[in-house]
Amino acid sequence: MSTSIHDEQHRDEQHRHEQHRDERHNDHHQMAADAALISGVTPTIADEQVPSRKVKSRQLSTYVGPFIVFVLFLGFWEYMHRDGMRRWLDKKPSLLPSPASVIDRAFLDEGVRGKLIEGLGWTTYAAGIGLAITIVIGIALAVLMARAVWLERSIYPYLVALQATPVLAIVPIIYSIFGGGMSSRIYVCVMIAIFPIVTNTLFGLTSVDSSQHDLFTLRNAGSFTRLFKLQFPAAMPAIFTGFRISAGLAVIGAIVGEQFFRQGQKPGIGIVMEQFRQKLLYPAMYGGLLIAAALGIMVFFVFSWIGKLVVGHWHESTRRNS
Amino acid sequence: MNNSVSAPALSFNGVSMVYPDGTHALSETSFDVRPGEFVTVVGPSGCGKSTLLKIASGLNRPTTGTVTVDRSKVGYVFQDATLLQWRNVQRNVELLAELEGVPKAERTRRADLAIQLVGLSGFEKKYPKQLSGGMKMRASLARSLVLDPSVFLFDEPFGAVDEITRERLNDEVIALFNRQGFAGLFITHSISEAVFLSTRVLVMSARPGRIVAEFPIPLAYPRVPDLRFEPEFARLCGAISQELRGAHA
Repeated sequence: MSTSIHDEQHRDEQHRHEQHRDERHNDHHQMAADAALISGVTPTIADEQVPSRKVKSRQLSTYVGPFIVFVLFLGFWEYMHRDGMRRWLDKKPSLLPSPASVIDRAFLDEGVRGKLIEGLGWTTYAAGIGLAITIVIGIALAVLMARAVWLERSIYPYLVALQATPVLAIVPIIYSIFGGGMSSRIYVCVMIAIFPIVTNTLFGLTSVDSSQHDLFTLRNAGSFTRLFKLQFPAAMPAIFTGFRISAGLAVIGAIVGEQFFRQGQKPGIGIVMEQFRQKLLYPAMYGGLLIAAALGIMVFFVFSWIGKLVVGHWHESTRRNS
Repeated sequence: MNNSVSAPALSFNGVSMVYPDGTHALSETSFDVRPGEFVTVVGPSGCGKSTLLKIASGLNRPTTGTVTVDRSKVGYVFQDATLLQWRNVQRNVELLAELEGVPKAERTRRADLAIQLVGLSGFEKKYPKQLSGGMKMRASLARSLVLDPSVFLFDEPFGAVDEITRERLNDEVIALFNRQGFAGLFITHSISEAVFLSTRVLVMSARPGRIVAEFPIPLAYPRVPDLRFEPEFARLCGAISQELRGAHA
């Protein structure tokens, strides 16, 4: 009996291995483990630490691609500064300072760097609180909408309307309700970031396999049990996709909010950048831009990473070779 | 294998089923499954075989007729393994007991036993994506075994696995049937699977499905894998196959 089942898995693994020979080096581990199971020995560490040439070249290509694109990006930037701005756009090169001058006058200048870091702090603060509120409201709305089609139909148009309304159009309203400071910026974050969380969570909660639902029905499971033991776990990959998109949008929301709501002693990166622009300190302004972009990228990867921790061990389509 | 004296574990009485969209899936079906009986239903695809099980389990309500069964004692094995991907084998097998409110220690004990019975010992911590198709079905079987059902419903459970794995799983089902003594109702379109497993084979017609023939299988248990090459086995398969061709027409 126990031999037969190992055969069965082994055969299956072998088959899979042949099909996706170059897919991932996990298979090598699996194969070693299977072989060990059949012969009845524990796989040794030596068995598992023999990366094939393919694996090495894969690791190499993981870094080479991004590096090449990064170099091309810097080259293009430098070219635009030296020649492109005048030649193609008929503008002064000083409007686009070179990469070196940005590093020199934004990141190596202590005063500018201090302001940028403080700005980064306040923007992160607004985006973080905005995202937290968005997650709570968004998931609550999705759970409500998942309960009945009529609820979904009733609520959905308002979400679409919220999504379609430009922030600029309701700045005066936000101002009169939440004032001209941090609260309004947080409101803008929520408004911009909520849609993906609701739609992804709703999609996840409502696309559970119908025979898995049957399984719960057969045991007379209540809707609470069904929600927490079936729908939420099944929706986790979709929910994390929503988090990842919304987190990036919350950062955008914070910076957009800073364009309109500048009161209070809480100058975020958007405000700092605007101050530099008014003083015609373009390298410093570009420094702020790079920091804002870095924040967006970081938030995206942090949520990808958390998502991988939470669902990576069971979810099929989470990429393995990051 | 003659248990005709005991009361049926599952009884269909003039059951017919018309879906809201007008599909006439089942017409005037009556049969019994007694404790210790393993009844298999074969029929052309789309003839309402699965509907039969949905009604037996209470997932669907028949349009007319009645079904008598103790629903709390029904085990259901789906077409696909329907394991929860985020739970490992152990926790998947515990699921139904968990939903029934069985205390942790007790359901762990039962799950351990069930996992051992289906031959998955050593794979408790594996996730479904790490298992082969056959192993997933074993886990699915174990999950139903945990509640020790007296009526076991199988909805074409081994349709998606390869032939060798299917035969192995059939051996397992036979072993479980002999050990646990449940009443089995099994749906398949494999004739050899039907003959190998059953005490009785029912042949259904094309839609609207109804039972057109019944074949008692007088082969003794325990049934060994080589039974599949006996002349008597071949004769029974032939007879059922002939009847099925008629049902298709």
